[in-house]
Amino acid sequence: MEIVRRLLILGFVLALSVIFFSFEEEEIEEVEPVVVKDFPIQNYVKKCDQNMIPSVDHSKFEALKVPFENAHQVTKTCLSCHTERDKEVMATSHWKWQREEELEGKGVVALGKKNILNNFCIGVSASEGTCTRCHIGYGWADKSFDFNEPTNIDCLVCHDNSGTYKKEKGAAGYPKESVDLNYVAQNVGAPTKENCGICHFWGGGGNNVKHGDLDKAMLDCKPEIDVHMTTEGEDMSCVDCHVTEKHQMAGKVYALSSENKDRMECEYCHTDAPHKQSILDEHNIRIACQTCHIPVYAKANATKMIWDWSTAGALDEEGKTKIEHDAYGNHNYLSIKGNFVYDDNVIPEYFWFNGIANHQLITDKIDTIPVQMNTLDGSYRDKGLIQKSKQPSKIWPVKVHRGKQPYDPVNMTMIQPKLWDKEAGQGAYWVDFDWGVASEKGMAYIDLPYSGEYDFVETEMYWPLNHQVAPANQSLKCIDCHSRKDGRLAGLTDFYLPGRDYSVPVEAAGILFVLVSIFGIMLHAGCRILYNKSCFFQKLIDGDKKYDDKGLPVQEV
Amino acid sequence: MTTKVYLYKRFERFWHWSQTLLIFTLVFTGFEIHGVSSFMGYENAVIWHNNSAWAFIILIIFAIFWHLTTDEWKNYIPTARNFKAQVNYYLTGIFRHAPHPTRKRSLSKLNPLQRLVYFFLKILLIPLMVVTGLLYMYFHYPVKGIELDSLKYLAILHTLGAYFLLSFIIIHLYLITTGRTLTSNLKAMITGWEEMDEEEIKEIVVEAVDGAGVKIKPVHEDKKSREEVKELLVDALKESENKVKEEEMEGQKKLKHKKK
Repeated sequence: MEIVRRLLILGFVLALSVIFFSFEEEEIEEVEPVVVKDFPIQNYVKKCDQNMIPSVDHSKFEALKVPFENAHQVTKTCLSCHTERDKEVMATSHWKWQREEELEGKGVVALGKKNILNNFCIGVSASEGTCTRCHIGYGWADKSFDFNEPTNIDCLVCHDNSGTYKKEKGAAGYPKESVDLNYVAQNVGAPTKENCGICHFWGGGGNNVKHGDLDKAMLDCKPEIDVHMTTEGEDMSCVDCHVTEKHQMAGKVYALSSENKDRMECEYCHTDAPHKQSILDEHNIRIACQTCHIPVYAKANATKMIWDWSTAGALDEEGKTKIEHDAYGNHNYLSIKGNFVYDDNVIPEYFWFNGIANHQLITDKIDTIPVQMNTLDGSYRDKGLIQKSKQPSKIWPVKVHRGKQPYDPVNMTMIQPKLWDKEAGQGAYWVDFDWGVASEKGMAYIDLPYSGEYDFVETEMYWPLNHQVAPANQSLKCIDCHSRKDGRLAGLTDFYLPGRDYSVPVEAAGILFVLVSIFGIMLHAGCRILYNKSCFFQKLIDGDKKYDDKGLPVQEV
Repeated sequence: MTTKVYLYKRFERFWHWSQTLLIFTLVFTGFEIHGVSSFMGYENAVIWHNNSAWAFIILIIFAIFWHLTTDEWKNYIPTARNFKAQVNYYLTGIFRHAPHPTRKRSLSKLNPLQRLVYFFLKILLIPLMVVTGLLYMYFHYPVKGIELDSLKYLAILHTLGAYFLLSFIIIHLYLITTGRTLTSNLKAMITGWEEMDEEEIKEIVVEAVDGAGVKIKPVHEDKKSREEVKELLVDALKESENKVKEEEMEGQKKLKHKKK
């Protein structure tokens, strides 16, 4: 029996020590600032192990040495070797500026930059001449553009590796006269950060204006700005993550997209268990990686948070357009665009999101104010069992851009105004400053009714954040959300969050119970110390009985 | 004259003190997780809370095994015997240094109040904390099969249990001081030896001999008192022998009566 007992004790001590040793393993170390990270990576070959030598030297092709008459000819020459690539490109949303996706309650809709409204520059229709500077084509000046002509494709804007290719302002996507097309054509390769950035950094009319997490600073930045793209680290390019198959890029932005498909996710490289602690991996079931790992955005340059079109049109005494700046040098007022509010190091707003978005189409009646230009679907209760998304809603960090823009108060629809034209007198707002005419021209251009009346309405647009991932040691800490006061998730109240939430009655009862216990023992101890033999309890219960030294009642004979 | 009796066995003391350590860790880290206090940072609090919880569960399994195999579980059966006397003791007797109405012995170490409180602790509170704690850990995220709709009620129950446990600890700590002397209870739980006076020992021995088969170890630390206990034991044995003889005699008388 003794041996059995000793064995039991030994076993128990061993079991306990195993538990306590596991503390050691799971203790998180201070993550070193940059350099080596020892988390698992899949589906990615580090730069140092990649074969960076191109298999083809385009400068040796005779066809590229013959002077090009125009940009179309360059494309024709490209396609003479890279046959069939035109079909791939023409199937992409980069070319079509729309996708066919299902919207809840609206069926399958072809949606994209081509026809969607936002609360930045509103929309491209009737202003294509300037907007399509960011289209991967030549000559999209109006509705007559031929989307089926292969030589309209602009190969160079994405594949130029010389850094000298530039598109002209207001020229419907044609390059500047000064560009040496032969030189560019002989220096082509996989898209670099610069190629993508020229449009995706500068969307909305300025650097970092739209996304807030896509900034020219990311071309050459410190790890604190973006751990992936930092030139002090892996220096990844956009296409390292947005892997591309037949010119189809993985990933999309929900300002334009709707369905939960073709997404690019962190897990693709980082696996679904990248943390040292499993409890953090578990968080990923309901919380997007981005939520903790993008604690702030617009870290290097400010982004636009508010755009009020209603104040646009004020000219100075000489009748010229005005430009005003805020204290940090960002635009505060532009006559052509109205008032702005910029901000940097912005703390995101947080929303449940299951990968399904909806959009306020230009044909939709306005039923909420502020008008929700796009809505992110999701809730705590959506655990992916009923929803089409087939995966639980997760908490996402979102840039919310708030605007005030023209709408038709009679038809109760948003207005697509004509904003740009080369010359005055064509009704473009940025030239003629007349909202009435601009609205009429714009709505007529897309064959939609306009009542003749316009007013301004508040709008909101939601941009889930994905970039400017911070180094691990700067990611959110538990306490940033699990906190009673001013937690990051203070706005998401449809679930119980440990550390933040509590039941008032239970808390009150619990504290009362503890206080009563403390008060009770203090009273009891006080009686023992102060009153000793003559405690009032005693008189209360025993009356006038008398006791001897041993505390026993005296027997009265 | 007092003497010492071995009351708390080695495992029992190990169980008690490791439980103390674990419950203190669980309470401190738990209230940090609850957002009430901050000692070690939220992340560490969660890690320590979860690991201590596992250690506690293992300890509970061993303790249940020990209780069942040693019959110690009988200590926790609530009893009405002496109940009122015990309540009166805490309300009056203690102030005039009256003796405890309930004597400690190896199979009845607890007074009726303790029995009741520990019974509910073991039957209700600890299981409540373990069950809600495990559900808290495992089923608040969607998993195949079981999925909790909300953490809310689970968390609130766990919190309520924690407040009760905290109150228990406060009162328990105070009651340590209500032994023969201020520290005698504490010493007993540390060393296993409880001080008792001669009469108490005699009572225990008699009881032990009466209920044959019950294990008891009335052994002294120093040789002198060991001799004294031997004497006591012999006295008790003689007494009980006499009793048995008397009973036998009476039995025989009765038999004779019946025969007649």
